[in-house]
Amino acid sequence: MANNKDFLDIRNLKIEATVFPDGEPAQNLEIVGDVSLTLEKGKVLGLIGESGAGKSTIGLASMGYGRGTIRLSGQVFLNGRDILKGGVKGFRELRGKEVTYVSQSAAASFNPAKRLMEQIIEAGLEHGVGTKAELEKRAVRLFGELNLPDPENIGSRFPHQVSGGQLQRAMTVMALVPEPDLIIFDEPTTALDVTTQIDVLAAIKKAIRNTGVAALYITHDLAVVAQVSDEIMVLRAGAKIERNTAEAIITTPQEDYTKALVSVRSIEHEEKKPTDKPVLSARNISAAYGNKVQVLTDVTVEVHPGQTLAVVGESGSGKSTLARVVTGLLPPFQGEVLFGDKPLSRALEGRSKEDLRQLQMIYQMADTAMNPRQTVGTIIGRPLEFYFDIRGSEKRKKIIELLDEIELGVEFIDRYPAELSGGQKQRVCIARSLAAKPKLIICDEVTSALDPLVADGILKLLLRLQKSEDVAYLFITHDLATVKAIADSIAVMFQGKLVRYGPKSEVLAPPYDDYTDLLLSSVPEMKIGWLEEVLASRKMESAGN
Amino acid sequence: MRIPLSALVGIIMTGSFFLIALFAPLVAPYGLAEIVGDVWEPRSAEHWLGTDNIGRDLLSRMIYGGRTTIFIATAATALSFILGSILGLTAAVLGGWIDQAMSRGVDLIMAIPSLIFALVVLSVMPVTTFVLIVVMGLLDSTRVFRLSRAVAVDINVMDFVEAAKLRGEKLKWIIFREILPNALSPLVAELGLRFIFAVLFLSTLSFLGLGVQPPASDWGGMVKENKEGIVFGIGAALVPAAAISILAISVNLVADWVLNRTSDLKGGRGG
Repeated sequence: MANNKDFLDIRNLKIEATVFPDGEPAQNLEIVGDVSLTLEKGKVLGLIGESGAGKSTIGLASMGYGRGTIRLSGQVFLNGRDILKGGVKGFRELRGKEVTYVSQSAAASFNPAKRLMEQIIEAGLEHGVGTKAELEKRAVRLFGELNLPDPENIGSRFPHQVSGGQLQRAMTVMALVPEPDLIIFDEPTTALDVTTQIDVLAAIKKAIRNTGVAALYITHDLAVVAQVSDEIMVLRAGAKIERNTAEAIITTPQEDYTKALVSVRSIEHEEKKPTDKPVLSARNISAAYGNKVQVLTDVTVEVHPGQTLAVVGESGSGKSTLARVVTGLLPPFQGEVLFGDKPLSRALEGRSKEDLRQLQMIYQMADTAMNPRQTVGTIIGRPLEFYFDIRGSEKRKKIIELLDEIELGVEFIDRYPAELSGGQKQRVCIARSLAAKPKLIICDEVTSALDPLVADGILKLLLRLQKSEDVAYLFITHDLATVKAIADSIAVMFQGKLVRYGPKSEVLAPPYDDYTDLLLSSVPEMKIGWLEEVLASRKMESAGN
Repeated sequence: MRIPLSALVGIIMTGSFFLIALFAPLVAPYGLAEIVGDVWEPRSAEHWLGTDNIGRDLLSRMIYGGRTTIFIATAATALSFILGSILGLTAAVLGGWIDQAMSRGVDLIMAIPSLIFALVVLSVMPVTTFVLIVVMGLLDSTRVFRLSRAVAVDINVMDFVEAAKLRGEKLKWIIFREILPNALSPLVAELGLRFIFAVLFLSTLSFLGLGVQPPASDWGGMVKENKEGIVFGIGAALVPAAAISILAISVNLVADWVLNRTSDLKGGRGG
């Protein structure tokens, strides 16, 4: 029996699933092996780990839920009773009343056809926590507490009528309305821009403090979890690595893995001076989708040979559109793109094979950037064959060389993308673009879908390749930590315009314009109390508000 | 690779149908148009399924008829797939007015009930095996066009296709190497269904007298020849009818399995 202090007490939790590998008999896969944890009332425990560490699975298990055909064993005590023994009826009593859940993507979790209020009070009504009027009153009060605009009326809007950050806060309200004992936050800010993330974080923290609810906060971002949780548990491959107070984890980590997580993004990169002859210049680019929506206004940037220009901005700032203009996928209605001294055709169709070869692209989602029906050898080998007419054994030799460059072995040559991990996939995409021997590679958010440690490896690889191949990068990202690590010059974009542009040392030095200040200050730092400091010293409201 | 029982049954049955069709002259005990007995004789040791309306061996005619049915249906399906999928994928990749023109043209043809369309065309044209195959293949290719275009439109916006376009790949590579392998799963499943529809369509045409012409026969034609017998309690017409259903079910069992197998998580595409 759990004591009163630890009202959530997970003992020897084991989570298994049956997998059906192709051509083999069904196997038992252990997702989480023998994890125990306890949580006191009113405390927040951060669960942190890479994808596949089992953190979400553990979170869901504490409300007795397993995705798909997952099997849970062990004991999960909540308020002194083992919820895994409760059966379907027990779960129904529990979920949405004693335990509630905030998911990663609020946009995908709300029913687009119903008004917010209806959905927010649904669980409370179902469980008879209060009358409709009471619950609505409570929701309105919470809207106000979480700084949502117009708390009286926002509930009558539909999900598409509020921003992503507001929706995430509305979901937090939804979780709070039934006055649960435990809330599970499953990566609630991961899908948001940094400047929006900070507001949601502040709202979540305030909500937890005001209501005295206990919470499990699941994320892969140590700096974020350090802001909201009292204690942190580090997980890896379904096992506990370390548990300590938040402060101790980030200042004095004990285990090697935790140390690696804390010291991630410590890449140092010496800034190079701009040259006279840029490899790529985009001059006065204005572009629009269709005839109406203008997304770029008079943008001028240059990329110098063997250097990195980082284009930074939030979603909707036009940074990816800039990449589409440079590649010719979206012809601009004004301005020109020069490669060296030579103007490039605005549209893809007008560019020669040689133009195309010198300008390669790496995508954010390596999953969709590779044909799932082609082997790694075909994927990397095609540019060799296509641009240089290298075939047969010579092609194979070159492919092996390229695999070596990206630190993968020769055995990968016959694998399909589905048989690779996220980091390996991105490496193969890098090799594919390198195979063309380009002068410039456009990197569109190449690390944002990856775990921090894996992303770190990719950035190091890119920097090494830049030195050995003398290739320039046009690096599009929303992540300022990445920018600091690899850029030579930086372009900050906001609503389709260039707000700040120059060498890294100048862009990242005060005095800042308001937007750059907001962007820079919003990057979570691994420091307890950072969140409060930033909120106190902000000059500009974030766009998500 | 584990083959479920249903698929195994389907494979064996379909395989037997095709083998018998292929080696019909060796398997059939009598000739196609050879009159070997009385009208509608019952089953006997010499005539396993009895004889038909003019005293030909029913089993032999079933075997030869199956050959005709399966050959025409296969050829028509092949034609419809080659034509339909290539045009469908091209429309999806090219987009714009070419896509519009092709898609609206297909809509136009599909707006006319295909049986009526076929009956009109076949009543004007000489009914030969070649004409039958072309008419059936062309009519069916509109359905394949719609499916392959719908599937390819989704694949066409994937990053790997964009990457191929950025590399400067020609239309041929994009269609056959990037899109087709990813569209194959729903297309193969559709292939099974389309084959069955072709069998049914051909049988319908023959039953109405505009399909395979006597003395050659297919299963649909045999139902027509023997249908009068039903009134007298003679089941000769039911034999080809049953063969049509059994073939349909067997091919479907295989198609279902192919669909399940290829639409798994390894980059396969559902339905």
